Amino acid sequence: MPDQAHPNRWRRFAEWDARPLRLDKFAREDPANGFSAFRSPADPKPGIGLAMGKIASMDGVLAHDFDMIDAFIARHHLDPVIADEAMAMDSGLLARMLVDMNVPRAELVRLARGCTPAKLADVVGQLNALEIAFAYSKMRARRTPGNQAHVTNAKDDPLQLAADAATAVAYGFDEIETTMRVSRNAWSNAVACAVGAAVGRWGVLFQCSSEEAEELLIGMAGFTSYAETVSVYGTEKSFTDGDDTPWSKGFLAAAYASRGIKMRCTSGAGSELLMGFHEAKTLLYLEARCLCLQRGMGVQGTQNGGIDGAPLTATVPGGVRELMAENLIAVWLDLECASGNDARSSESEIRVGAKILPYLIAGSDLICSGFGSIPAYDNSFNPSLFNAEEMEDYLVLQRDFEADGGLTPLAENRALDLRSRAVEAVSAVLEELGLATPTPDMKVSVVVASGSAETRSFTPGEVAPISEGIKAGGVTVIEVIKALARRGFTPEAENLLSVVKLRLSGDYLQTSAMVRDGRVISAINDPNEYQGPGSGYRMTESRRLQINDIRDVLDQSEVLRSEAQFERGEAARIAYPVAGTAMPGTTPDEVVIGISPAFGVKLFQTTAGHKLSEVLRVMIEGITARGLRARVVRLGHTADTSFLGLSAARLSGSGIGIGIQAKGTAVIHSAARLPHNNLELFSNAPITRLEHYAGFGRNAAAYALGEAPEPVVVPTKGEAMGSRFHARVAMIYAIETAMVVEGAAPQEIALRFLAGGRG
Amino acid sequence: MTKLSVADYPLAETRADQIRGKRGLALGDITLASVLAGEVTMEDLQITPRALLDQAEIAADAKRPTLAQNFARAAELVAVPQDLIMSTYELLRPGRAQSKDALIERAALLREGYAAHAIADFILEAAEIYQKRGLFTYRF
Repeated sequence: MPDQAHPNRWRRFAEWDARPLRLDKFAREDPANGFSAFRSPADPKPGIGLAMGKIASMDGVLAHDFDMIDAFIARHHLDPVIADEAMAMDSGLLARMLVDMNVPRAELVRLARGCTPAKLADVVGQLNALEIAFAYSKMRARRTPGNQAHVTNAKDDPLQLAADAATAVAYGFDEIETTMRVSRNAWSNAVACAVGAAVGRWGVLFQCSSEEAEELLIGMAGFTSYAETVSVYGTEKSFTDGDDTPWSKGFLAAAYASRGIKMRCTSGAGSELLMGFHEAKTLLYLEARCLCLQRGMGVQGTQNGGIDGAPLTATVPGGVRELMAENLIAVWLDLECASGNDARSSESEIRVGAKILPYLIAGSDLICSGFGSIPAYDNSFNPSLFNAEEMEDYLVLQRDFEADGGLTPLAENRALDLRSRAVEAVSAVLEELGLATPTPDMKVSVVVASGSAETRSFTPGEVAPISEGIKAGGVTVIEVIKALARRGFTPEAENLLSVVKLRLSGDYLQTSAMVRDGRVISAINDPNEYQGPGSGYRMTESRRLQINDIRDVLDQSEVLRSEAQFERGEAARIAYPVAGTAMPGTTPDEVVIGISPAFGVKLFQTTAGHKLSEVLRVMIEGITARGLRARVVRLGHTADTSFLGLSAARLSGSGIGIGIQAKGTAVIHSAARLPHNNLELFSNAPITRLEHYAGFGRNAAAYALGEAPEPVVVPTKGEAMGSRFHARVAMIYAIETAMVVEGAAPQEIALRFLAGGRG
Repeated sequence: MTKLSVADYPLAETRADQIRGKRGLALGDITLASVLAGEVTMEDLQITPRALLDQAEIAADAKRPTLAQNFARAAELVAVPQDLIMSTYELLRPGRAQSKDALIERAALLREGYAAHAIADFILEAAEIYQKRGLFTYRF
């Protein structure tokens, strides 16, 4: 503790030190060492040289000096004819076109085919964060937004994978992605998630992220339907350290399509910096190279937006804006965009919420890639920006902004049913295939578990032989479908078959394809054609109602129902008989307490939960302790605290009155004062305790005696009381105001405390 | 025959009767009942070159030429066995081939054995760039 006489630190900084934000570390902008989002002297100036219809130079590099990335972009991405046109356009003009709702998306997509990486970076770098979000909303390929979940657990437990996959499906995710703690468990994870994802509805695409060759084999066995871990990098040295080239990845892209499996590449800012080969270029420029490569390869989409590099990118100035900017380049290049928001980039919940908002309101093909549908500790990819812990926060953000984040609230009983069904289904498959026999205790522990720390199910070591059994036995999705059907899981068998059948037509290989209501929708049949208000994606009324249907929502009848529970108890403790019209008092030894219209009639406790009989009793005791009398009147002409107090004061022989509403808001007033200029006010009813009401009674008496007492202060720690109580308070107050009768005369109350009154 | 357009999409809805698996089984014949009767194999659930070329036409009509080219390359790979696909991928990774010759040979094998002309050209292009960029070096 610093010496008070010689302070060496403002203690506010010590408080800030204790906040989660301070666990985040920030990097100084340093282009020479790769720590710059948008500006570096090493970034090339946009440029193109054409000779006889061929690319002779690009972004200041002669064709002869192209590295393998330049060479691939020049051959496969750039259209020389359009390049001639697009590269001659002012970057500022292109930037304005991106945010101009009157310029069609298709025209901008056409021009992007003539833009070099430096040009794309130069254009989007001119947009501020709001403009980037708007342009993203206009430029993304598919109209309807979607979302992707991670489904993993710390034990690779197939029962829990199935239950969590079914839960994710019910929340509305369009894709689910799994990976393993122990790599040889890949096949077991794949089967478990495929079965779980078939519970409830069909159409959720599924990926098992594993070693390239194994992942393709699992896909060929029919368990998975997409892949997205085909990474590309923005410098030649990073690419080769990643053990690939644009051609090896391009070949893999064709290989996946040849097996009828949807695929997107992955790239994100910061990967080159993490790998040590950034060439002093900016994060955005290197990412522009990655994205041009991907369009050149002919992949339909990209997982993009920092991804594993997002936490690093978020340490530099403008890093989060950069993540948005690279996503904009992706959709401008007409790629499906699974827009990151996966790796958790901050310990600060405020930074997390701020990070997601532009995507939530702009929409994205897959807003997260993915959202941790399981608790953070069960996320085998590492914690996501949002995990199961924050699921309800996300659902409420959707409702707040009336923005479709792709998810739908799930009722508790429905969740339990689906989890139970999924666990039974995957257990049946494991038994039918002779792989394992889960016990009833294992199953029930998983159904109710939030995460793997609570389960008594398979351990990673017990999963390994299951996984090896699937692989060695050559088990395919056909055997799994048969096993489900044999054990009576007919809808799940049908659902799983429907997903595998997608690969025959190849419809879901097109850009931004997903399955909704049993139909493939993509940028082809659900194109984003935003042209201003009223166009683009708009929620239907039924979808809006779905999003709004979060749990524990109050309405007035709910408030009255809960109040009615206290009515009988209060009736045993207190009675409020009317003894005629209340008249002005004539002696100075009284304090009048004016109660509101619904006080003890329809409402029986304060918002802090104190019985109104108790509140009145301690206030009266406070008054009588000073030798004065308390007189109670019911006011019917107003429910407003100030007017309740002033009316009471005007009826009081001492000129001092207390006004109190049923919710507990109270005021001490003087007959001589203006309505809103009271003596003391308890505005924070939810934290006002009985001792404060007793003090209120004593102080009212003190004022009546001509004293100047120390006002009663209700201590507050600055809690966000409003959010906890405002809905209820407004409904309670509406109950009060509904009972107000204009010009109603005050009633004298012959208050009686009954036998149960001290209970 | 006129080319397919975006109006023909999705093919599973507009021309379900023409969509078939590798052995010729039609989409509509693949039902839970036929699976349970043992009439469906994994081959029946494999995409055909025809379907990929159809999707390539749709992608081209949607002004996505590079996606269309990828579908065309994919159509050539449908008949290529998994082992050959994986070993070709491996060969294309940096430092796996010790010289251009290995890639040229592989391109020839795919061109002659599977009529995979676009794939072969793609591999030859890689050979040329790898040579220029010194990627035929020892890595591990």
